[in-house]
Amino acid sequence: MDFLNAIILLLNYIFVPALTYGSQLALGAIFVTLIYGILRFANFATGDMMSFGTMVTILFTWYFQSIGISLGVLPTALIAIPFAILFMIIYMLFIDKFVFKYYRVSKSPPVQLAMVSIGVMFVTQAVVRIIIGPSDRRFFDGEKFIIKAREFKEMTGLNEGLALKSTQVITIFVTIVLVSLLFWFLNKTKTGKSMKAYSDNEDLALLSGIDPKRIVMITWIIAGILATIGGALYGLDKSFKPFTYFNNMLPIFAAAIVGGIGNPFGAFLGGYVIAFSEIFLTYAYKKFFMYVLPESMEPDSLVQLLSTDYKFAVSFSILVIVLLYRPSGIFKGKVL
Amino acid sequence: MRKNLNVILAYSIMMGLIILVGIFQSWNVALSIFNLCLISAVMTMGANIQWGYAGLINFGIMGYAALGGLAAVLISVDPVQEAWRAGGFDILMCLWLIIVMVLAIRFILKNFEKSKFRTYGIAAIIVAGIVIIRITAEPGIEAIESVNPAKTGFLGGFGLPIIFSWIVGAFFAGGLAFIVGKVALGLRADYLAIATLLISEIVIAIIKHEDWLTRGVKNVIGLKRPAPYEVNLQTTEWFINLVEKFNSGKLALISNLADRQAALNQMVIEGSSIFVKLCYSGLFLVVVIILLILTQKALYSPWGRMMRAIRDNEEAANAMGKNVVKQHLLIFILGSAIVGIAGAMLVTQDGLFTPGSYRPMRYTFLIWVMVIVGGSGNNFGAILGGFVVWFLWIEAAPIALFLINFFTAGMSDTHVLKIHLIESVPYFRYLMMGLGLLLIMRYRPKGILPEKIEIK
Repeated sequence: MDFLNAIILLLNYIFVPALTYGSQLALGAIFVTLIYGILRFANFATGDMMSFGTMVTILFTWYFQSIGISLGVLPTALIAIPFAILFMIIYMLFIDKFVFKYYRVSKSPPVQLAMVSIGVMFVTQAVVRIIIGPSDRRFFDGEKFIIKAREFKEMTGLNEGLALKSTQVITIFVTIVLVSLLFWFLNKTKTGKSMKAYSDNEDLALLSGIDPKRIVMITWIIAGILATIGGALYGLDKSFKPFTYFNNMLPIFAAAIVGGIGNPFGAFLGGYVIAFSEIFLTYAYKKFFMYVLPESMEPDSLVQLLSTDYKFAVSFSILVIVLLYRPSGIFKGKVL
Repeated sequence: MRKNLNVILAYSIMMGLIILVGIFQSWNVALSIFNLCLISAVMTMGANIQWGYAGLINFGIMGYAALGGLAAVLISVDPVQEAWRAGGFDILMCLWLIIVMVLAIRFILKNFEKSKFRTYGIAAIIVAGIVIIRITAEPGIEAIESVNPAKTGFLGGFGLPIIFSWIVGAFFAGGLAFIVGKVALGLRADYLAIATLLISEIVIAIIKHEDWLTRGVKNVIGLKRPAPYEVNLQTTEWFINLVEKFNSGKLALISNLADRQAALNQMVIEGSSIFVKLCYSGLFLVVVIILLILTQKALYSPWGRMMRAIRDNEEAANAMGKNVVKQHLLIFILGSAIVGIAGAMLVTQDGLFTPGSYRPMRYTFLIWVMVIVGGSGNNFGAILGGFVVWFLWIEAAPIALFLINFFTAGMSDTHVLKIHLIESVPYFRYLMMGLGLLLIMRYRPKGILPEKIEIK
């Protein structure tokens, strides 16, 4: 019984939250990696583009709520997301046309494009804050829990409860669907394959008649979808605050590089690597050991490897270690 | 003279703008903008050395500035004797342990061939070392943090004049840059940017949460000053006389003796804060001028030519027998050290150290906007960039407010859109910075004052 309790404890406090957080990071990391692989620059506006997509989602959610449309137990934001995606794609293509295209055509070095993306970051951040303000916003409605901790305890008779928030389930479910669709698209369709070819060797791809304009457009469209969904899921699960989104850019970068930049599958797994190691290393295992070990050996301290203050620092340290020992990432991305 | 015309013109316009602020807003505001412009200029020079001279991207400016600020605290605050008695021994033990650990790793690296065994050995030493250090430090840290936590709760510093911290801050930042450079300089440009950005976040996390060293988010306030205090000035004889002399014309107009005294008091209060700011301006100006002379000398020296050669064609420079790795490391350390000086200057001016206020937007990306806008590779450009961008950063809100009022003049004051726009005035500065950066990158990619190579 104690052993079961220990497992439920880990599931509740480590596994489910890490899987959710990892999914959110993974979507962002695929976004970064696609831009890097095909457009060939590190996009520093990632976090703010995600916050822009979330902002549009929130605005649509408010609109739907005001005219009385809802999904019952599911959050209204789910209907708002497709509209937000449309809007976001227009925004992305607009930015590409007026900002990034010039540098791409004139074949500027990647560093210059990264600098330009910082300009985009400033502007996007300003637009988001001017429109919706910098404060914390929750836009979740519908049923909050699928299983409540108390119900679980009553159902199973265990001491530990397993709470399952509906946002967590939605996040994981949507991520799986979206990522499988994306990998199917990249690996099986002709367009997806030509994108991969373009990423591998631009000249050869052009020679074989692949239209670069179309590739770039599709990349931005996919990026818009990923940014909106990733951002909206994070906002549903936690809350929407522009500054947090800006900060999330850092673990997202870490995930993309750890997985091997330019490699979407690596980025996907990288998100989970970062999320799990952050939570594994900062969780206090005292209660776990109380269940597992006999009473005489119970620990006095919290048995916490690092204090939660260092959550971000963990992922960055992993990144530094990976950069040192395996600069192409765990799953062999582009060689630096 | 002719070829420097644009430099002189740009600087005169900038000075004119600051003087206009002095006339229309107040001299106090103008001087505080000017001081922060000077500090920004120092930071920009540091970034410019790395980016403009050598083409190294450093997005870790925030971390080095924070280390400079930490130096200001550690140098100027009086030591907390009680805390040292309570936990000083444990902390010193930890320092020893860290040194032993580093030496052990060095020993292994030198005396064993590269193998899996060696890698695991080093990893084992690091993990064991961290565990031992944590066990040793924990009681000490707890004891230190419980010593009068509302006021101290940390070890304090050395109680020296705060000016010394400018040099110490440079050494701190340079030391960190040495480690970072050893680790990350081999990476390609945009990876280097990401890696330095993340490392600076780690530094901030440590400064924020190691309360025994820095008081963390509880902030350190009331640091010593290199300049006199306003309160003391207001009661000093010669200062009151000075203010009286300056404003004798105005005072003569007031006939009533009591009124005149009241007016004088008001002037003394205003004058004291301006005087203090002027003292800071003087100190900062000295630093900026010294750094400017040094960097200009370096730029036109054989060393500067070598750096440009490395920047423009690494392989060719390498083939000519220049040690690219070593020079990159050197310039990375030098630039970061300058940023460290600026960090210490900033804390000196504010008189307080607030680890929570170090954010990448303000301390990394804004500085980069300054470098790009001003003109990378040109020291005068970098300083000008610091001035222009900081000026706009502060004055963006008034400008935006003016524009909003202008364009919404037709609307009534209760219109929802107008109220919303006026409430979000502070965020227009981001918009302005972003648009400025994008426009400069597009139409004047070398900055306002582009790099000029003179062959002498």
